[in-house]
Amino acid sequence: MKKSKDDIIFETVNTFFVTVFFIIVLYPLIFVISASISDPSLVSQGKVVLLPKGLNFDGYRRVLEYDDIWIGYRNTIFYTITGTLISLALTLTAAYPLARRDFVGKNVFVIYFTITMFFSGGLIPTYMVVKALGMRNTVFSQILLGAVSFMNIVIVRTFYQTSIPEELQQAAQIDGCSYARLFTSIILPLAKPVIAVMALFYGVGRWNSYFTALIYLSDRNLYPLQMILREILIINEINMEMLMTEGELEVIHKRVELATLLKYCVIIVSTLPVIMAYPFLQKYFVKGIMVGAIKG
Amino acid sequence: MAELGQGVVVNLNPKPHHNKKSKLKKMLNDYQLYLFILPSVLYFLIFHYVPIYGVQLAFKDFVATKGIWGSPWVGLKHFKLFFSSYYFWEIIGNTVGISLYSLIAGFPIPIIFALMLNEVSNKHYKKLVQTVSYAPHFISTVVMVGMLYIFLHPVYGIANTLIKFLGFEAVDFINKPEYFKSLYVWSDIWQHTGWNSVIYFAVLSNIDPEQHESAIIDGASRLQRIWYINVPVLMPTAVILLILNAGSIMSVGFEKVYLMQTPLNIKASEVISTYVYKVGLQSARYSFSTAVGLFNSVINFMLLVLVNRVAKKLSSTSLW
Repeated sequence: MKKSKDDIIFETVNTFFVTVFFIIVLYPLIFVISASISDPSLVSQGKVVLLPKGLNFDGYRRVLEYDDIWIGYRNTIFYTITGTLISLALTLTAAYPLARRDFVGKNVFVIYFTITMFFSGGLIPTYMVVKALGMRNTVFSQILLGAVSFMNIVIVRTFYQTSIPEELQQAAQIDGCSYARLFTSIILPLAKPVIAVMALFYGVGRWNSYFTALIYLSDRNLYPLQMILREILIINEINMEMLMTEGELEVIHKRVELATLLKYCVIIVSTLPVIMAYPFLQKYFVKGIMVGAIKG
Repeated sequence: MAELGQGVVVNLNPKPHHNKKSKLKKMLNDYQLYLFILPSVLYFLIFHYVPIYGVQLAFKDFVATKGIWGSPWVGLKHFKLFFSSYYFWEIIGNTVGISLYSLIAGFPIPIIFALMLNEVSNKHYKKLVQTVSYAPHFISTVVMVGMLYIFLHPVYGIANTLIKFLGFEAVDFINKPEYFKSLYVWSDIWQHTGWNSVIYFAVLSNIDPEQHESAIIDGASRLQRIWYINVPVLMPTAVILLILNAGSIMSVGFEKVYLMQTPLNIKASEVISTYVYKVGLQSARYSFSTAVGLFNSVINFMLLVLVNRVAKKLSSTSLW
């Protein structure tokens, strides 16, 4: 079909606005990357606008020497992996009985879980429970709190119901397959897409959160990366001795420049794992949102 | 029935008065299913239901040595204290102000973005814009606010470099209370528009192309087709999301606000969640903080029910 004149005008205007939006989203991201590999004095003079100038990787070299960041990194990797595994174990198993039509007492459980979506004890009562359990200043507070949400259980349940044929389960049960066998050898292998989605939801959430650490941790050795980032980026508390040699420490404007350079670099270093994982898993993300959305 | 086990039991006991027995038998038979669900039940019991039980603190004066149960009842004392406190209206105003602003500015933009992106005819460009637009969603709150601090720095920030270049005075955006809400809301829009449009985009891609073809034959223009075909298709989804958003008007998340707060902008940036944290954990006024939190969740729940009712009347779409 030939495009009319109106169509051409429409598409030009539309593409223009989409492009403006595209640039607004992309520009800050590119700027951070460029600034992290530029000469810091050119950045502070405002001479770096889009592409890096005075290319150097000095910032990253100094980040490598900043011990707090690597302790945080190690802790975050540990919290993310164990926390996600616990979340997956709880979510995937709880969703299965709820997906079965013949599960006696299903409604009771659904009501029990739904209530938790609308009511919670709030900060202080939860804090007191964690305190009473002796979980403050332990890794358990970081990997157990927020381990399951009913919303995610519902998404997984919907996936089980819509994507795993009932006949397959019945056939296995006629052959004398127990529920545990059924779950591990039929349900889980077929649920890979939703497992990927859940791993990402929970994983990204753990990687990016600082709230539970702020509330429950005071031991710096247990701090996740986001808490260290908060010190560097927000409170502007940077351990200069870890960064600079003695001669450099004397020059004040050099310290400010280096602190800013460090900020750009830690943004990249801390966000990279998530951003890198994301193109591979993008198709699952979208699928996951849709499964959840259909059920509402 | 779904499954052989039950089928057999039912056939052996056809009379209704055996139903209870067969149910029990089925439950025993299915004990593994209960083991599956048990860990999550315990999780919610410990981390949700026990704290809900602890909400009674809001009506007591907490004495550490006596515990929650043994502390004396004081009725609505803490609520009255909060309602009459100097900060009450400021905090409520900030909370409602920030979320209304977010809702009004942030709700339509993903819909408009999805409608516009949907009209882009070059497939590769469409895909590229979409992929890039998701990316900021995965940036952590700490990094997001950190970027604001760096970009808006009064001396070194790129925003002020530009302002000075244009011949104006540098502005200390972060510390000025009047900019707080806009910074909060627009940085959120920057971060989440792409992600929030995913769902609308998916709904649009499910539209049957025949609908558009027959509209073209009837002489409908491009804008007419968008307005009369695409927009109505998005409505049910939009209403559901609007209900959910409107239901949380009284809750502004803690993480981002807390990071953006400075002593200078506190007049515009103190919201209920940050206040609960400060009085509760920093000043250890447990009972008072619990009362403020409870007040907040009761209002939230009432709002959700209310908005849901209104939506049901207006558009026949509702949460339940």
